[in-house]
Amino acid sequence: MCTNKKYTLSDEIVDYINECLSKEHPESYLIAILHKVQGIYGFLSEIHLDEVAHLLQVPTANVYGVATFYHYFRLKPRGQFAISVCMGTACFVKGADSVLTSFKSELGIDMGETTSDGLFSLEGTRCIGVCALAPVVTINDRVYSNVVSQQVSQILNEIKAAERV
Amino acid sequence: MKYINAVIDGLSVSVEEGKTIMEAADSIGSHVPRLCFHPFLSTEGACRICVVDVEGYNNHLPACATKLQDGMIITTNSPSLRETRRDLVELLLDNHPKNCLTCERDGNCELQNLSYKLGVRERLFEGWRKEFKFDDSNVSVLRDAEKCILCKRCVRVCSEIQGVHNLSQMYRGVQTVVSPAFMAPMDESVCIKCGQCINVCPTAAFIERDETDKVWEAINDPNKFVVVQTAPAIRSAIGEGWDMPYSTSWTGKTVTALRRLGFDAVFDTDFTADLTIMEESHELMERLKSGENLPMITSCSPGWINFVEHFYPELLPNVSSCKSPMQMLSTLAKTYYAEKMHKDPKDIYVVAVMPCVAKKFEATRPEHFSPNGYPYTDAVLTTRELIWMIKAYGIDFVKLHEDEFDVPLGTSSGAGDIFGATGGVMEAALRTAYEKITGESIENLTFTEVRAVEGLREATIDIKGTLVNVAVANGLNNAKIILEKVKSGEKQFHLIEIMACPGGCVNGGGQPIPHVNKFIYPLDKDLVKKRQQALYTIDEAKTLRKSHENPAILELYKEFLEAPGSHIAHELLHTTYSEKSPKGIK
Repeated sequence: MCTNKKYTLSDEIVDYINECLSKEHPESYLIAILHKVQGIYGFLSEIHLDEVAHLLQVPTANVYGVATFYHYFRLKPRGQFAISVCMGTACFVKGADSVLTSFKSELGIDMGETTSDGLFSLEGTRCIGVCALAPVVTINDRVYSNVVSQQVSQILNEIKAAERV
Repeated sequence: MKYINAVIDGLSVSVEEGKTIMEAADSIGSHVPRLCFHPFLSTEGACRICVVDVEGYNNHLPACATKLQDGMIITTNSPSLRETRRDLVELLLDNHPKNCLTCERDGNCELQNLSYKLGVRERLFEGWRKEFKFDDSNVSVLRDAEKCILCKRCVRVCSEIQGVHNLSQMYRGVQTVVSPAFMAPMDESVCIKCGQCINVCPTAAFIERDETDKVWEAINDPNKFVVVQTAPAIRSAIGEGWDMPYSTSWTGKTVTALRRLGFDAVFDTDFTADLTIMEESHELMERLKSGENLPMITSCSPGWINFVEHFYPELLPNVSSCKSPMQMLSTLAKTYYAEKMHKDPKDIYVVAVMPCVAKKFEATRPEHFSPNGYPYTDAVLTTRELIWMIKAYGIDFVKLHEDEFDVPLGTSSGAGDIFGATGGVMEAALRTAYEKITGESIENLTFTEVRAVEGLREATIDIKGTLVNVAVANGLNNAKIILEKVKSGEKQFHLIEIMACPGGCVNGGGQPIPHVNKFIYPLDKDLVKKRQQALYTIDEAKTLRKSHENPAILELYKEFLEAPGSHIAHELLHTTYSEKSPKGIK
């Protein structure tokens, strides 16, 4: 944990926290700071959370409480390919659940986790607004429509094959 | 002062402005059932058990979190309210382990008691229940998150009273759990092991590590000579285990009970409290002479030592190097006493009965092992554990006759007894310092100005022209105030006494938890005062009230330790501290 004065957080974030400290109720900027950290690093690591706590002088337990409370904050690095399975009503009734189960078993990870090679991470998401194409899966910026669970291994294999080239 | 008039259950009430519905209802004898509420911590309003109806409001309102307003017409009891409360308790029970019969808090659990009182006699629902790993990483405080009902009392005491902020609620919804940062085991957190979370927990989500089995085993081992020592604060609270009167001390009965349990020698930690004063006052005189590392801060409270190591490592040179009285006695038992009795220290087993769970950790610190590799203290029991042992053995404590401690490690002055109350170490030190500085006999032995009943005291003691600035703090949030003053140089103190637990050792994390039906909550100032009074009464009744006049102490120096601060005294009675990780946030 962080006991020395050197921080692994970028200067930009350290400067931002220092700026917050000069304002009234600096602790109220905690969420904004965590947003910035996640924006830069993609997720909130323990070392970064601890450093935020020490810089902002907010107990580490409270910082972790906030980071775990909001679904938006990720505590583990996202994979190179972030798979989001839409769990909105339309997708769900058309079988998103079994699609998600297939992804879990194919990848050997649970929701919110990342494969050990760092290639894939899996998330469930709320309605993304293309219900006509349900069930919908997005992988990074690409949208897969009318997905059935049997397709899952093919989708993953295509991505892996493209990566190997 | 403005008064608020309202009607509760058909009775008119008039209470000071700012009081809650719960406080107003309590004043007329309407005891609204409650669970997360704790009178000495902030309002949480989490459990909703204390709901009441107020005319004009469609929903039930929590009595603990709603301020009384003029003209309110309140009902604390109706079929609907009773059903709501019962439903809430039933929901908690459905998510709670059903091993009450083997639970440490069986018979004194607020959830169990509430369930009984509200008439929950069966559970029809067997469903999913939260599952968490039992955290027994810490030698002092164990955490069973499955028994947690999320009242947040532990979170509140850890931050509001102790300023440690080790605990918080993590995640949300059904996954919500109270934990240290990063879901770390307690042992890898900033926990200072004071055990106040154990005292305020309504269930057994926090408990101490039970060492009674270890002690039974040692007692029954014919090759072991088992020595026991009891801390000053034990004698003022142990009677509570048998509902005996408060403000009374039970020294003699405790000694008898310990002998009956089979301990081979029963010693008094008060003896080494006196010894601490000898060493500490010598250390203080040296520091005053050299002007270095002032102010000196006392080192008796292991919770405080953990706190300074995690939170204020920059002040470690200011902490007295004296071991705590417990460690001094254990060390002497395996050196001085072993020599005197012609025993191999390896055959001596030292048990310490303490009002404290941090002492369990202190005993395991590598600094407190002999150069030959064995610990000086083998086991530490809390007051609660000793009460269990006495009851398990079938001893009726109430009927016991009174006995005396064994010699030589059992003779003490009144100065040693008051160590268990806030300001006690300071008062004891001042008695000795006064006579050492002036060379005259002190007339007034009590220094009530250092009894920090409200948690924090600063005073200037005039020792015949020598002005000594002292401060006394209990509860670590109070200690922080003094430590910040020391760091900023705002005030030049000479001697500071810090006790981790609010009120001092009498309110330690290992003391009896008053029975749930008494509605006396740990942290209660009145309870703390009664336990303190028991110690002051012992002191006042003794003719021997100054540590440096204790004949057993004088003999110890003559036979073994030479003089306070001597080479051998340093080797055996002093210790070192070091910065600990993770670093706490002040």
